[in-house]
Amino acid sequence: MPKPRPAPAVFEQEFLPIRAKILEIASALDRLDRAAGSVSADPRRDKIRAAIETLLSPEDDRAEQVQLIFSRPYDDQWMEKFSV
Amino acid sequence: MYYIDPHIHMVSRTTDDYETLAKMGCVAVSEPAFWAGYDRGSVDGFRDYFEQLTVFEAKRSGWYNIQHFTWLCINAKEAENVSLAREVIAMIPEFLKRPGVLGIGEIGLNKNTKNEATVFLEHLDLAAKTDEQILIHTPHLEDKFQGTKMILDMLTGDSRLTRERVLVDHVEEHTVRHVLDEGFWAGMTLYPVSKCTPARAADIVEMYGPERLLVNSAGDWGPSKPTAVPDFILEMRKRGHAESLIRRVVYENPLTFFSQSRGFVFTPPDVAETVGV
Repeated sequence: MPKPRPAPAVFEQEFLPIRAKILEIASALDRLDRAAGSVSADPRRDKIRAAIETLLSPEDDRAEQVQLIFSRPYDDQWMEKFSV
Repeated sequence: MYYIDPHIHMVSRTTDDYETLAKMGCVAVSEPAFWAGYDRGSVDGFRDYFEQLTVFEAKRSGWYNIQHFTWLCINAKEAENVSLAREVIAMIPEFLKRPGVLGIGEIGLNKNTKNEATVFLEHLDLAAKTDEQILIHTPHLEDKFQGTKMILDMLTGDSRLTRERVLVDHVEEHTVRHVLDEGFWAGMTLYPVSKCTPARAADIVEMYGPERLLVNSAGDWGPSKPTAVPDFILEMRKRGHAESLIRRVVYENPLTFFSQSRGFVFTPPDVAETVGV
């Protein structure tokens, strides 16, 4: 397993990219609000909200959790349902 | 640094791309059969495609000293047509002994349907009967988690398969652990928008280590970057990782996985020695 890098070095490298990506999300959401009409009933809005809330989680698996928010659920009975 | 791109669709790329790959250190590519962007109408359409994969692409890559290997199948998208899929599966053995053929791939699921699962299982049966290695496509975006779990159910349900001879491709943060925990190889595909980025692939190597992990560009006819593996190399270097670790992921791991195939005869670029039979 590779040795973990020092946190200050990682933060130095990632601060500006993180800032830029947050701004991109903020401006995309603003763009959506300025657009005519509404998509408030679209369930994808809820997923985006849930994903943004996940970013504030103290856990270290945020990327995995965000992926799961945007994933269809797995049904372990699928083989029986498909008869395969 | 020399590297191998273990998943790239060079039939969709230009000869100039081969030249660029060679300049960036690529010494071999492995090209799974995939969807052409339209559904082929007959088994002969696939026969012609396999002819291109096994003859012309190897010749074209050879112009730049890049060794070309390939995998054969009917992809998940066209597998919705089960009768055509069965004709193709019956025809594949005509090509399996050709030079450079590594196995069956990229089989998998697309929308996780019953027909796709049926054809996937029939491909597994062919691979088991012919003792071929397997390369697997996992679905895109919201279908990936469900589809990957379904694929793992089918793989682990077939006791004839040797897990370390199976590569499950396009893993991301929510699927990689499941694949590795079951003993399969996992491939990370570096795409501009979907799948992994070089930074997230480097994160996954940092979290799981280099064991049974591969990195590929899956360069094809859509938005993709055939030089994505060098981007990963650069990302790892920027983080200060050892050259030996990077080389393990982009060169030695593909060699280890491919060397299990009888069709893998590889001449390393820096030593006068042939790997494989």
